[in-house]
Amino acid sequence: MIGRRAFLRLLLCFALLLFTLASVSSFSQSGGELRFCLRSEPKTFDPLLVDDDASLSIRYLTGGVLVRVNRHTQDLEPELTESWKVSNDGKQITFKLRRGITFSDGSPFSSEDVAFTMQRLMDPALHSSTGDAFRSSSGAVSTKIIAPDQISITFPAPLAGLERLFDQVAIMSAHSPKKEAPVLGPFMVAEYKAGSSVLLRRNPNYWKKDSQGRRLPYLDSIRLDIQSNRDVEMLRFKRGELDLINVIDSDYFDRLAATSPQLAHDAGPSLDSDFMWFNQVASAPIPEYKRAWFRSTNFRLAISQAINREDLSRVVFNGHAQPAVGPVSPANKFWFNNKLKAEPYRPAAALQRLQADGFHLQNGALFDKGGNPVEFSIVTNAGSKPRERMAVMVQEDLGKLGIKVNVVTLDFPSLIERISQKFNYEAAMLGFRNVDLDPNGQMNIWLSSAEDHAWNPQQKSPETAWEAEIDRLMRAQASTADPKKRKESFDRVQEIAAEQAPFIYLVNQNALSAISSAVQGANPGILSPQTFWNAERLTLNSTTRASR
Amino acid sequence: MLRKTLLRKTLLWKILRHMGAIAALVLLGGLLSATLVRLAPGFDADERELDPSLNAESVRALRQSRAGEHNILSFYAGYLRGAIHGDLGTSHALGQPVQNLLRERWPVTLRVAGIGLLLAWLLASTLAFTACLWRRSACEVLGTTVSGAFLCIPAAVLALLSVILNAPGYLAIALIVFPRIYRYSRNVLAKAYTLPHITAARARGLGEVRILAWHVLPVAGPQMIALAGITVSIALGASIPVEALCGLPGIGQLAWQAALSRDLPLLVNLTVLVTLVTLLANSGADVMNYVMNYMLRPREATRGPEEEEMTAA
Amino acid sequence: MNAGRKLACVVVLAVCAVSLAANWLAPAGYARQFRETPSAPPSHQHLLGTDEVGRDRFARVLYGTRISLLLAPAAALVSTLLAALVGGLAGYMGGIWLRLARGFTDLFLSLPWLFLLITVRALLPLNVSPLVSVLITFLILGLLGWAASARVLSASADALRNSDFVLQARASGLHGPRLFFVHVLPNLKPVLYAQFWISIPVFILAEANLGILGLGVAEPLPSWGSLLRELEGLISFREEPWRLVPLLLLIVVMTSFQLLLSNEEVTA
Repeated sequence: MIGRRAFLRLLLCFALLLFTLASVSSFSQSGGELRFCLRSEPKTFDPLLVDDDASLSIRYLTGGVLVRVNRHTQDLEPELTESWKVSNDGKQITFKLRRGITFSDGSPFSSEDVAFTMQRLMDPALHSSTGDAFRSSSGAVSTKIIAPDQISITFPAPLAGLERLFDQVAIMSAHSPKKEAPVLGPFMVAEYKAGSSVLLRRNPNYWKKDSQGRRLPYLDSIRLDIQSNRDVEMLRFKRGELDLINVIDSDYFDRLAATSPQLAHDAGPSLDSDFMWFNQVASAPIPEYKRAWFRSTNFRLAISQAINREDLSRVVFNGHAQPAVGPVSPANKFWFNNKLKAEPYRPAAALQRLQADGFHLQNGALFDKGGNPVEFSIVTNAGSKPRERMAVMVQEDLGKLGIKVNVVTLDFPSLIERISQKFNYEAAMLGFRNVDLDPNGQMNIWLSSAEDHAWNPQQKSPETAWEAEIDRLMRAQASTADPKKRKESFDRVQEIAAEQAPFIYLVNQNALSAISSAVQGANPGILSPQTFWNAERLTLNSTTRASR
Repeated sequence: MLRKTLLRKTLLWKILRHMGAIAALVLLGGLLSATLVRLAPGFDADERELDPSLNAESVRALRQSRAGEHNILSFYAGYLRGAIHGDLGTSHALGQPVQNLLRERWPVTLRVAGIGLLLAWLLASTLAFTACLWRRSACEVLGTTVSGAFLCIPAAVLALLSVILNAPGYLAIALIVFPRIYRYSRNVLAKAYTLPHITAARARGLGEVRILAWHVLPVAGPQMIALAGITVSIALGASIPVEALCGLPGIGQLAWQAALSRDLPLLVNLTVLVTLVTLLANSGADVMNYVMNYMLRPREATRGPEEEEMTAA
Repeated sequence: MNAGRKLACVVVLAVCAVSLAANWLAPAGYARQFRETPSAPPSHQHLLGTDEVGRDRFARVLYGTRISLLLAPAAALVSTLLAALVGGLAGYMGGIWLRLARGFTDLFLSLPWLFLLITVRALLPLNVSPLVSVLITFLILGLLGWAASARVLSASADALRNSDFVLQARASGLHGPRLFFVHVLPNLKPVLYAQFWISIPVFILAEANLGILGLGVAEPLPSWGSLLRELEGLISFREEPWRLVPLLLLIVVMTSFQLLLSNEEVTA
């Protein structure tokens, strides 16, 4: 017979046991499925060919990399490697790999897999943006397997920022029959319904463990729905069908912040920028007198001064943006040239500049020295409301100077054909997204011979002295590993960009995201992927999820 | 006896000719759509060209990736050759064989557009018949205002509304399509009511329902049936924004994807499919009209063969 | 003219008058951006509030009315006439012409005209004046929008061809174009009127969608289509009900049009 006290003690133990079990199971139950949207169809699941946003997100979640740029601190951290060493000449990198790691299918990970991946990546027939980033000059890349856990890779020429490039290289299995299937990342692709959704399930063999020795990831699965419409995405988030919106427009951000401020996150200025430029291609099918305007630095600087960037940040982005200074956002603390400031709004000075070039106002309209009315079109892509609004505001600002601007929104393929193949445009407005921290990633924009030298690509030899100077400086920063020297060169590039205004930088948007209260451990930053960069450590509070 | 055999032969010949015409039109439709897509600017453009990490060779390779589709005639000939063997090509945008995509998705569209269309007819007929039977101008104004309202709301907004209200996608399609059905059928029915035999029927004391069923509908029949045929293509058109916004993995969503990325194999197949469905729907309507005319023709002994031919033509 | 039609007449005339008087009723103009007050609610200064870049919505509705109310009916007229020509005439002529017209119409309905529109935009100069751009847009809409009703018209005309009164007219010696225009075409009016009425809002909305391709009304010109597209940010319309005013206005105008068009007295 149990006495009353004993009975109470037993009850207490039982309650304690229940409580412990509940907390343990609620932790293990915090598995759960994270849900968010991809804005477009992933174009490929081959990690070496990945280029678009959606495929990049999937690669980030499934691919294991040797080193990882911590999206929050921006420092390089070892992942699959324990340590690495770059040789003095910057041409060779040696990795010491972690031991005992296996792929998702159980096969062991060794330096053979790294060698295989690099060989495949450096195949010139592959045409991948990840591979091209390593290809600063022609010549073969050689890999030397020193030991099963040690490998050295030698490049034909020194590569600036070499080790950071490995953040993009997802290691593939050399031996598995299905080349794409086994992964080293926290999740693996379980299901793909074209046009509809992608389901990622946790990788049972993921090597990372948390500080208490528990195997990561905490989540059971991630469901990525393919939904390009932002209204629908917002609606589903509000209804609790989605757990996060990685990048959210400022309109929706404010609406969310008005009702549930704890769900809306503003991580501050991002690396993204929006800008416009004028067509300076010599063979472009535009009138000669217009080409003369666009090639005049004075004209470009005047336009830049006539645009009210404060208004753009305030009106279009509700204050969640700031006037852009140049090719590098102030959020890029190391590379930003902090001697430079954003161009202030000075319409009177702009008009003076134009008058110095022979332009004159007549009945409220601006004419050039040949008597031609100053009128040009800005092409931009349809489907981006902020950009369309910016174009309309620029139209109004320039209208005050007597300049007639026509805003033409085009579908993306037509736009690309105009700006990079046929050059039948006058001015264009676009933005850079997922900008690399390291300016070496912008090599193909600043080199005058390159494809992406937007205002005048593929020049046989630099057509202006300042473009020749930029060429020299970009090559200089690429050929040395000394960060101070590199920064000197690139600072000068930013100064020239400010003096010559080939790109008229408009704003740097803030990194805005929405995260439901059910998600725990999220720490949104400015580097992509802003909200789920630490996906393996995210947990879901199932009770909060259930109550929404 | 000879006349019946001749009639049957003529009928068979007509059916075969009709099938042949449909096949020819479908093939022509595929070719024309391939031409439209090929000639539109941006065919060779890929947004990856703007990626600064890609070097010159890679960009060139990107631009060349569609070289096989530059000559439309040879592309189409290749497509037809493959189609005979059951290979409808591979989609650029989704990287999957087109026949798999179509096979997975057509039931969704069939269900959504089909139910939406039936619902639209139900709604429109209810409004139209009510207006006919009650003959009050208030009914007329109500029908016009309701159908006008839904006609003025953008399809995307109706689709978004159905997402907000958690309503099924076919409801959005029904709301997009029914105003058109209502307006056409109301006008046609109203016109039929002005015919003298209606006044005579009313004078004889026939009830409104009987008048509608036996005297108005047969007159308005051919046009209503033809309307039914074209509402199939209207519903298919409406399914594009609805499926894209409601996240329904059907043919409409596929069409939107294909159009955005200039996916030639997918677009050609979709046009062939849509042309086939449109032709079958409209031909079905024509056949029904023909049969109705045949059945409703006056059977008088005094009618000569020439008159019969004129009616049956 | 009954009371309904009188009222409809008044409404349409009032809307036209108000839009013509836009210069006086909305002196701020449709393009001026009041950047201190974007997305503002209605106030004394801005009767319907402002849009996302601070433009007066009331002014945009008024000026947009001019463009949409003038050009959409014109485009609807073009498509109706084309439908009458192709569908009505083919149905009337019968035989091989009818079959050809039906095949042509069905094909026309199935082709992806989006790509033709993209090509048209590419052929137009970038600096085309807004007036020319909008005229071309509505013209194209008119030229592309006839196929569905042509199908219905061909069935009507086919039925009419074999009807008694046409037979009688033929017997009295009436042939060819005169028979078509005097006896057949007037009886196609129900379908023609329906086509005309439906096309107006369809074209107004289509013009806004064409903005994605670079056609349509160029900024900063307003159009009803673009005003209606504002509704796509629907999530907040409960908080901003004034954004529904363009929609309500269009519905009222369309209802009035229909009352004006219908000449068959239902209660007769």
